[in-house]
Amino acid sequence: MATEILMPALSPTMEEGTLAKWLVKEGDTVSSGDIMAEIETDKATMEFEAVDEGIIGKILIEEGAEGVKVNTPIAILVEEGEDASALPAAAPAAAAGTEAAPAAVEEAAPVATAPAAPVVDLSPDWPADAEMAQQTVREALRDAMAEEMRGDEDVYLMGEEVAEYQGAYKISQGLLDEFGAKRVIDTPITEHGFAGIAVGSAFGGLKPIVEFMTFNFAMQAIDQIINSAAKTLYMSGGQMGCPIVFRGPNGAAARVAAQHSQDYTAWYMQIPGLKVVMPYSAADAKGLLKSAIRDPNPVVFLENEILYGRSFDMPQVDDLTIPLGKARIWREGSDVTIVSFGIGMQYALEAADKLAEDGISAEVIDLRTIRPMDTGAILNSVMKTNRLVTVEEGWPQGSVGNYISSVVMQEAFDYLDAPVINCTGKDVPMPYAANLEKLALITTDEVIEAVKQVTYR
Amino acid sequence: MAARKTTKKPNVSAEELKTYYREMLLIRRFEEKAGQLYGMGLIGGFCHLYIGQEAVVVGLEAAAKEGDKRITSYRDHGHMLACGMEPGGVMAELTGREGGLSKGKGGSMHMFSKEKHFYGGHGIVGAQVPLGAGLAFADKYKENGGVTFTYFGDGAANQGQVYETFNMAAIWDLPVIFVIENNQYAMGTAQTRSTSTKDIYHRGEAFGIPGEIVNGMDVLAVKEAGEKAVAHCRAGKGPYILEVKTYRYRGHSMSDPAKYRTREEVQKVREQSDPIEHVRELLLTGKHASEDDLKAIDKEIKEIVNQAAEFSKESPEPSLDELWTDIYA
Repeated sequence: MATEILMPALSPTMEEGTLAKWLVKEGDTVSSGDIMAEIETDKATMEFEAVDEGIIGKILIEEGAEGVKVNTPIAILVEEGEDASALPAAAPAAAAGTEAAPAAVEEAAPVATAPAAPVVDLSPDWPADAEMAQQTVREALRDAMAEEMRGDEDVYLMGEEVAEYQGAYKISQGLLDEFGAKRVIDTPITEHGFAGIAVGSAFGGLKPIVEFMTFNFAMQAIDQIINSAAKTLYMSGGQMGCPIVFRGPNGAAARVAAQHSQDYTAWYMQIPGLKVVMPYSAADAKGLLKSAIRDPNPVVFLENEILYGRSFDMPQVDDLTIPLGKARIWREGSDVTIVSFGIGMQYALEAADKLAEDGISAEVIDLRTIRPMDTGAILNSVMKTNRLVTVEEGWPQGSVGNYISSVVMQEAFDYLDAPVINCTGKDVPMPYAANLEKLALITTDEVIEAVKQVTYR
Repeated sequence: MAARKTTKKPNVSAEELKTYYREMLLIRRFEEKAGQLYGMGLIGGFCHLYIGQEAVVVGLEAAAKEGDKRITSYRDHGHMLACGMEPGGVMAELTGREGGLSKGKGGSMHMFSKEKHFYGGHGIVGAQVPLGAGLAFADKYKENGGVTFTYFGDGAANQGQVYETFNMAAIWDLPVIFVIENNQYAMGTAQTRSTSTKDIYHRGEAFGIPGEIVNGMDVLAVKEAGEKAVAHCRAGKGPYILEVKTYRYRGHSMSDPAKYRTREEVQKVREQSDPIEHVRELLLTGKHASEDDLKAIDKEIKEIVNQAAEFSKESPEPSLDELWTDIYA
């Protein structure tokens, strides 16, 4: 049976091309892989190979022809004994063309919309009558890992100095003794490699916790975090997820200068497929880390070195978990909403105390999870206070606060009585000198000043 | 490029040879069809064909057992067919349809099958190497005796994460076979211009990982080497490297005019070392099969490929709701 040979698309963007040269003539026998013609695409001159066996019955487009549309019949292939001259002239090209353009069919279909904003969850994280004891963030993180490792054999911890050294920041203290070298694994200094191995092991059914000594070093591994961990569930049509936690200190410590002092929250917050958490208190650190380890998705869990040694109230309850994606209202107020997360909460809460002395009542929201973000809690609050200040340590351009501002502008514009102010770290690499470093970081006074601006005081 | 050696008479059954012939032919015909559908605009974006390299995956799959895992780069269609994934599902993924293995959301470079233990299909050169070692890490952790075939090319062999992985695979004795599919060109850059060593597997020696060169145009040689590597891994001796010398007949991707090598060079390999012709010759000269037998196989394969192509055209595009699914588990 005669088959049409069509003008091929030979690049992702080619729509038409020049049939530069025929390398076969009518009557020639071709077999699979034989080069039949040279075709100039929008990018290069390409060789065009035969797929089917047969005899070139008729050449329909002469060489040198320019602007030949993709899928135009350019020749007719016949089988032995078939008479090409009896064939109809060039078949209508449109027939092939329609088959090649299925995308056009649904052009007019409505654009699918994103899921609706979440309902605000104001339920308490633990029973109101729970007993409290003091615990540091450091101990809370360790307890969270230990409890989850006791409960699930597939959970393991991997990272630099996590085992024998007992953790560069002592977060994993005691874990090697309890769980052994099989489950608490020292790695070489090789972030890209071990992040990839951990992601692969998650594909293979394990639930790794990867400790980065700091998130500054995770930049070496960011391809594996984003391209492999975050996207595989989607790329596999839901077949293969990646239950993994990447954790470690994020943001400025003290006097470690530019390469060791960066807040990555806004970077990771961008990525669909990742969840991003940054706790402030010890209870949140514990409850969120336990949830993160149980979560079937990749979670970037951002800690803060300065907060590690700080003590907070810890509810004495069994199996404390806090759902990802739920903000916490630390302090209720009526005049302004201050939204922050991680160490930014320290400045937000200090500012709220001082503002109270001046008669300004600030509502302080700890996001806790930055992705998925509890925008419902923010909107709810802004509808009450009509003013908003965001506080974070990261840089101003493309900040978490910028995103919150855009959400509030779109969803609650009519409720705003003043422009939103984003308090951020200064737009400079972190300097070493003590006085300059202080100047580069966000301060409580700057938060107070921003609140006074939005409340016109 | 090792020329084919025909001196040694292979100790192999007619059935086995026919299986290899069938499996390699399936990959070749499938890829030719994919190239054709690309030309018709039914497949978009990047499409990297495996033509010429068929003996590599077919030989190594013959050395694997149920439960073993495999992972590779974006030149992945052959690996999927060789491990038994449905040709229709693969082709429909290439055309971006609902019936594709990733529901049309992954495309040529990103396909997976939990059922067949195929872990992708990865678009970032070299990224699959630590991932493959990670799969092996999970096997070792679970003590299930599994081995992971981690495929990468001569181009990926210059990525830093490959050597980070070699190091960890060696210190942790991971049951992973690193298969370097050396087709001699990293896109348009010949190995001699990109790589300091002639034989890449030597680099494993620095990490204490044994390895060897394999003639990737000879499916029997590949299988034999694969069996040795698998035995090494299953015995708990850690990783093994197979540098399989092979050749891709087509360009790097569909839009590659392949000006970095001569037409004669390609033609010479096709004529002298073609892996499918090799098995065909063994079948005929060993009187294991007649021309008619082989024609019947050709016909059968052509039918499978045509059905896959039909399915890939008839399967509808994914529903618009699919945009928002599978982002979070």
